[in-house]
Amino acid sequence: MTAPVLELDGITKRFGALTANDDVSLTLAKGEVLALLGENGAGKTTLMNILFGHYAADAGEVRVKGKPLPPGKPRAAIAAGVGMVHQHFTLAGNLTVLENITIGSEPLWRLTTDRDSAAKKIARLSETFGLPVDPGARIADLSVGERQRVEILKALYRDAEVLILDEPTAVLARPEAEQLFRTLRGMALGGLSIIFISHKLHEVMSASDRVTVLRGGRVVAERRTADTNPAELAELMVGRAVSRPVRQAHEAGGPVLVAKGLQARGSGTPLDGIDFEVREGEILGIVGVSGNGQAMLGRVLSGLTRPHAGTLTYRGQDITHLTPRDAVRMGLGRIPEDRHAEGIVGDLSVWENAVLERIRDFASRGFVRRKAAQEHAADLIRRFDIRGATPATRTRLLSGGNMQKLILGRNLAAGPRFLLANQPTRGLDEGAIAAVHRELLQARAEGAAILLISEDLDEAVGLSDRVQAIVKGRLSAPVPAERADARKLGLMMAGVWDHADAV
Amino acid sequence: MRFERREDVSVTALLVAPFAAVLVALVLCAGLIAMAGVSPLTAYAGMLKGAFGSRLAVTETLTRASPLILTGLAAAVAFRARLWNIGGEGQFYLGALTATALGHATVTALPVPLAWATLALAGMAAGALLLLIPALLRLKFGVDEVVTTLLLNFITLLFVGLMVETVLKDPMAFGWPQSVPVAAGLRLPDLVPRSRLHIGLILAVVVVLIVWLVQSRTVFGAETRAAGLNPRAAAFAGVPITATLVKVAILSGALAGLAGVIEVLGPVGYVTTTMSPGFGYAGIVVAMLAALHPLGVVAASVFVATIFVGADAMSRATGVPSFIADVIMAVALLAMLVALLFTTYRVRR
Repeated sequence: MTAPVLELDGITKRFGALTANDDVSLTLAKGEVLALLGENGAGKTTLMNILFGHYAADAGEVRVKGKPLPPGKPRAAIAAGVGMVHQHFTLAGNLTVLENITIGSEPLWRLTTDRDSAAKKIARLSETFGLPVDPGARIADLSVGERQRVEILKALYRDAEVLILDEPTAVLARPEAEQLFRTLRGMALGGLSIIFISHKLHEVMSASDRVTVLRGGRVVAERRTADTNPAELAELMVGRAVSRPVRQAHEAGGPVLVAKGLQARGSGTPLDGIDFEVREGEILGIVGVSGNGQAMLGRVLSGLTRPHAGTLTYRGQDITHLTPRDAVRMGLGRIPEDRHAEGIVGDLSVWENAVLERIRDFASRGFVRRKAAQEHAADLIRRFDIRGATPATRTRLLSGGNMQKLILGRNLAAGPRFLLANQPTRGLDEGAIAAVHRELLQARAEGAAILLISEDLDEAVGLSDRVQAIVKGRLSAPVPAERADARKLGLMMAGVWDHADAV
Repeated sequence: MRFERREDVSVTALLVAPFAAVLVALVLCAGLIAMAGVSPLTAYAGMLKGAFGSRLAVTETLTRASPLILTGLAAAVAFRARLWNIGGEGQFYLGALTATALGHATVTALPVPLAWATLALAGMAAGALLLLIPALLRLKFGVDEVVTTLLLNFITLLFVGLMVETVLKDPMAFGWPQSVPVAAGLRLPDLVPRSRLHIGLILAVVVVLIVWLVQSRTVFGAETRAAGLNPRAAAFAGVPITATLVKVAILSGALAGLAGVIEVLGPVGYVTTTMSPGFGYAGIVVAMLAALHPLGVVAASVFVATIFVGADAMSRATGVPSFIADVIMAVALLAMLVALLFTTYRVRR
């Protein structure tokens, strides 16, 4: 092994009583791709934020090419050649690609920007590393995958030699993720050193040279990727063996929710006449590359956007002009795509979030019956195993998995006849994913009709009875999950389907 | 130096923040007082004495606090829902003008309690309407209400000026720009004899308690908080965002309007364009110092009233201009904003 370009030595970081990183050491060699594997809350992001200078460590040192970095100074990290691509992008939507890349890298007192040479440098970088973008495009008009490329280019533009990617695939669909890893591989061959943070085993296995596993803030193992396997990594990461539940075949009942020729528009990809039918006791999976109309479908079924054509029928009743309140009243459960933005109000307590949807059921004469509401929340916490929560806990303090259990719980407790599950496990760790899958299958066994929108093909095929692909706001004909192999799904998601397969 | 978000905001920190902010403001302003050639300790002692040193001083301070409680509450209610009502001053004046216009003759035929209720409702409606315009402009067209509510203050004040020079001009005022008085029988009874302190103070405190109850215990309160903290999640949960904000605007405008009504029926008795020493704007300071909590509004109002009344007395005694009160207010507001930052973030080296 060559001399390390990056060393983390004995990093310790505490937040109050919580020790996020406990004496963590790792090294990165030139041209190496290191995966930092760990569950949510294992301390991966904290560690990378220390490395990049967002946080100052309580103890320990970061060295780049042998030279210690001053703690808590992102600029020093950038100057030393460390570039970071955050999980949540830090781009200005109203500026162009070029402006976003050059912003901050030019002296403040200069009145003009040297656009030509900047554009040239960007073109050269995107050529070399296979990161095609249009420098003149506005960020707001780009897809998530393209935005990520801009983030990477931004780091490269500042001559980064060490690139840190925090959960780079959290927002990407499988094909985009595969493209990203091919790109990263090429960059490593070109001499860049890369750390990517992940909790997805298949990514780690396919894209890294070496894996460092974090659990509870400590390094629990370090393996060469070639010398390990997913099962071992999973156990190292979780600390025990976990397995996702398996769907049992059973007969579906009559149609519960039927969409006919649904069209809707607003922000993002519009729906262009879609048809589907979800039956009692069945999970219908909607797969597709992100940005093909999933968000709009979710909005329509949540009652947030009115379709301008087509009909939506729920148990024989026309609900084309659904409102969120109707949905709650009629027993249509909804798990939103983005739990932080739509699922919960972080600064309200767990009990308030548990009853907000049906607060009028927990009120008499306009006054909230707090005791009843708090008891209901306590009940949800018990039944759905929401850890780290009491009814009075500020919801923001829950982990992503426990937030999702709260959202699931408030929907499932009411015994919904229909459930919209929009990306229900996005960003969750293995343990939480298994818990969410169990709940969804349980609801299916109890007769709920479930529409699962997912960009995770394993999840969609594993849970669904039937699968439809969404492409540019249109839906393919449904195919049974048993017949949806990778090739077929690939074709469907590319917009190639034929109606002979329909069931 | 870096800011790190705290895991949780402690209640203690929120309780300590306003006191720390006031202390910082007083220390910073001590420098200005010293520049004016007076010992800051003498000046602050003079302010305390001026605000609380005699029976009259105490009643004056509380009289000044009464409208502040209501304008502060108006701001706090709106800010909680992220409706940035900077128009308390205009709503105050429109409430005052409405009460005077009706209270001079129109309602005098009614029994006094009924007349009071009519005037209060009319003044509240006027304040509410004045805030509804910018609120609807924001909800329908996305017009920034900070700008519109602020500018409406000047328009309203000019309108009041027009009224007191023309249709409501008091012919007995020897040419002073002053409106006709409200009927003597409609003036609010004194709370303390031989002072300007009237039952408006009690009324304001009762309103505070009602608003506190509504905010913390009702469906409307819960929905308002949800809508203010995360509008998207609130809408997803079925909270009618537009209707909720309209209700908040009505409540906020009505509270500021009520402040104007009570000021006219209480200590003043008529309208002039100088009747408010910035009650609407000071209400914003009050709301922030109270960390938007209704009960905090009462304490913050008394503090702000103390500074204003105390500064007048101190100015007469020491020669330091009473404008120092405005400076203390402004610095306290800035210090409070910084203190609030520290309640949610901690500083790391």
